[in-house]
Amino acid sequence: MNIYLSDILSNAPMMIVTVTALVVMIVEATHRTKPIITSYVSLAGLVIAALFAVSNLAGEGQSFGEMVRHGGYANFFGTLFCVVAIMTVILSRDYFEQQKYHRGEFYILLLFTTVGMMLIASANDLIILFLGIELMSVCLYVLAGFIRTKERANEAALKYFLLGAFSTGFLLYGIALIYGAVGTTNLLMIQNLFAVVSNNPLFVIGAGLLIIGLAFKVGAVPFHMWVPDVYEGAPTTVTAFMSTGVKAAAFAAFITVFIRTFDFLGGRVNELIALLAAASMILGNIVAIAQTNIKRMLAYSSIAHAGYMLSGIAAGTLDGQVGVMFYLVAYTLMNFGAFAIVSFVERKDDKNLLLDDYIGLSRQQPFLAFLMAVFMFALAGVPPFAGFFGKYYVFFAAIKSQMTWLAIIGVLASLVSAYYYLRVVVLMYFREGHADVVSKPSRTALAVVVVCAVAVLVLGLFPSFIIQVAQRFF
Amino acid sequence: MISEFILTAVIFLPLIFAIVVLFLPKENERIIKLIGFVGTALTFLVSLVLYFGFDAAIFGFQFQQKNIWISSLNIGYHVGIDGMSLLLILLTTFLTPLALLGTWNSIQQQIKNYTAMVLLLEVGMIGVFASLDLFLFYIFWEAMLIPMYFIIGIWGGQNRIYAAVKFFLYTLFGSVLMLVAIISLGYFASTVPGGLFTTDLLDLYHVAPMLPVNMQMWMFAAFGLSFAIKVPLWPLHTWLPDAHVEAPTAGSVILAGVLLKMGTYGFIRFNLPLFADASLRAIPLMCTLAVIGIVYGALVAMVQTDIKKLVAYSSVSHLGFVMLGIFSMTEEGLQGAIIQMVNHGLSTGALFLLVGMLYDRTHTRLIVDYGGVAKLMPIFATFFMIISFSSIGLPGLNGFIGEFLIMIGSFKSTLIDNRVFTGIAGLGIIFSAVYMLWMYQRVMFGPAHQDGLYGGHHLTDLTKREIAVLVPIVLFIVWIGIYPKPFLSKSAKLVKHTVEQMESVKHGSQVRFLGYVQLQSGKK
Repeated sequence: MNIYLSDILSNAPMMIVTVTALVVMIVEATHRTKPIITSYVSLAGLVIAALFAVSNLAGEGQSFGEMVRHGGYANFFGTLFCVVAIMTVILSRDYFEQQKYHRGEFYILLLFTTVGMMLIASANDLIILFLGIELMSVCLYVLAGFIRTKERANEAALKYFLLGAFSTGFLLYGIALIYGAVGTTNLLMIQNLFAVVSNNPLFVIGAGLLIIGLAFKVGAVPFHMWVPDVYEGAPTTVTAFMSTGVKAAAFAAFITVFIRTFDFLGGRVNELIALLAAASMILGNIVAIAQTNIKRMLAYSSIAHAGYMLSGIAAGTLDGQVGVMFYLVAYTLMNFGAFAIVSFVERKDDKNLLLDDYIGLSRQQPFLAFLMAVFMFALAGVPPFAGFFGKYYVFFAAIKSQMTWLAIIGVLASLVSAYYYLRVVVLMYFREGHADVVSKPSRTALAVVVVCAVAVLVLGLFPSFIIQVAQRFF
Repeated sequence: MISEFILTAVIFLPLIFAIVVLFLPKENERIIKLIGFVGTALTFLVSLVLYFGFDAAIFGFQFQQKNIWISSLNIGYHVGIDGMSLLLILLTTFLTPLALLGTWNSIQQQIKNYTAMVLLLEVGMIGVFASLDLFLFYIFWEAMLIPMYFIIGIWGGQNRIYAAVKFFLYTLFGSVLMLVAIISLGYFASTVPGGLFTTDLLDLYHVAPMLPVNMQMWMFAAFGLSFAIKVPLWPLHTWLPDAHVEAPTAGSVILAGVLLKMGTYGFIRFNLPLFADASLRAIPLMCTLAVIGIVYGALVAMVQTDIKKLVAYSSVSHLGFVMLGIFSMTEEGLQGAIIQMVNHGLSTGALFLLVGMLYDRTHTRLIVDYGGVAKLMPIFATFFMIISFSSIGLPGLNGFIGEFLIMIGSFKSTLIDNRVFTGIAGLGIIFSAVYMLWMYQRVMFGPAHQDGLYGGHHLTDLTKREIAVLVPIVLFIVWIGIYPKPFLSKSAKLVKHTVEQMESVKHGSQVRFLGYVQLQSGKK
């Protein structure tokens, strides 16, 4: 296989992030004591990559010997991933300084994770998909346990690694069976041969194993067990990154494989995915009520949000995909914002992570409390914030696909979720007491969160832009 | 076209003031209060343009503005008003500045946030009454919960957290199912030949007659649950006493004065015209719940020891009347229901203001702590008397007009067992006289406390500011009581049309098919 210059150019965003990662490795080696420099270099690379990605949301094409589908869809997600990575880099500086664990390696790992995620979104071949998932996951295993002196972080990393390796097994076995049935791993070719193989038991089993593998990555019930522990144990900025960008990557894979290629095995697995969605929405939201640690609460809430998005996937229509993509953007902004504020409030050695630590935050830090309230209402799906429109769109898609029952479960589950999101607001605003927040976040970090909050409001009121972009890909 | 944007201006004027308030330093409390009052007062003045520009002779929505908003889902920014929404918008813009003025000194902490929340709440309330797109309606309907939640939760009484959360979750429970119904309805519109997915109310009015009856029943239930919680219809009323009692005075005034009307408004605006068959079938159930609410609310109000709670339960009873009027499906009943919404907003709003004024002085709301207040506060006692009479429905005051029309309506109704229902409702009027007058007697008459202390405080009569708040309300109470025509005439066309539609559906005429033909030809 020959690699042409055009291959590299058409995949510019991914290439830029890769090169940045390599450059950062060298920078890190030469400036070991100054992780701040690595963070600036990473930031620069990610910003350029994001600009390249966002500048080409139109045409799609194939490159690298039909292994990769570049442009449009890949760049939509590429932009999202780069933005999440940029926000993570900015927040991590403060966060790790405050945790007294600022290391340059962090940025290298983060960049490679981003490359993996971008690879997933541009996969046109199951092997590339697998490669992307593995690159992403292996880096994440390390990131989850990045503060290696902490017991919880080690536990999180090990748990994530063991269960992740297990799910990788499903994924790979599924790909192998599909290859056995179809004779190719190229997604477009599978799509063309679909009519021939769709009843082949090997193929069906393979696809089923793929569902399991991907459901694990998105954190859907019943493959969600790792989520709370890993989200709790990982450094908070990594959790923010995982719960938004990584989840988006997993959904990108879901859409690529099941909607764009397999067409739900001719509509046979919609119901199955709908069941996963319903279970995630119900379990995630109900268990979240019982949490006392805010990171765990948001972990369970992220399971529930995976459920809402799976409702859009289960609908399987154009509306479903567009809904999921809008939801991902909205969810990324609001959940990242929420975790960012958690990282501001958190102190060294896992202090200030309990819900009760938020009592009286509105008096201590009125602006932070206000932003947190915006994110909580947005996550609860209360208009006029973007979370509401996301839900509206996925439930609209579900109802249109004759899955009104799923929409009813969804809205009732989001009613349950309102209870625990509101509890944060109650603690911050209504309860008497004093939050123990000593320092204010840095201006740049605060700016990130403000941008998230403004975007959550603007996207809630004017969602058309994202929708029109997303509609082009199908 | 100025008339096109005037409604939008009324909706979003308070928002501009809210943003201004949010950017002011919180130390300037006087200026913030002043801006809040000026903003709401200005909104009222602008809304008067709607009143004078409204042509009561035309059936349909006026001051319409329609813009594309979210094109991929065919969602439009569509606002417009008819007689009913006009009256309720005026009620909102009228009560909000008075609520702020009436509680000028009652709120002591976080005045900036408080003022901003009241202004935001007003945006939501006006928006609800003006929306002609169900998506837009839902946005306002839900977004309004946030400021109300904070008003109860931050500035409320002892048990405010419980009340705020209960209020929020209860209301949300109703509305999420309505959301599913809205989407289903929009989807149904896309399944009729030549139809598109739409949430535009006027388009849906055309499509709705084609809805199969069983689907209508489900959607009636989903919309109805949401509205019935808001009304509140017995037995879904339990959030109301908590929220009313715990909310600060301005919150109670707005809650009772405006928010409860959204439920009854929703029934008339959405449930009856959209789900006509289901509405007809639901009459026995709704009327039964309404009269249970009338009697239950009155009986529970009778035994209350807390004045504010008494007024809260009286709302359950009064709103029962409104529901009975609506589901009598007669012109008199509906007309009475609409005017009674305004009446209840005025009289109960004023009652909450009065209780708040008393509470500001004594910090107690228990009836037993009072007695002989009339001797110490003669002006207060006079206002309290007029407004109590209005609440009871004394002829010559506004309450009588509404209740009387509703009674005629339910008596003329051929769809329910008219004598029984009207009789029970009449019982409710008698009860209302009992609990109001008994409370009045215990609070106002009898010997004044020996030391002149009530709850450890001296009583002083109303200040000029407080009188200035109450006088306009009393004026309207008397005006509607003596000459209700300017108000009734506004909604006459709507009422006539609604009743005719119900009649034709009842007789199974083919209006439904006509609607379908119109849809085909009138599609833009």
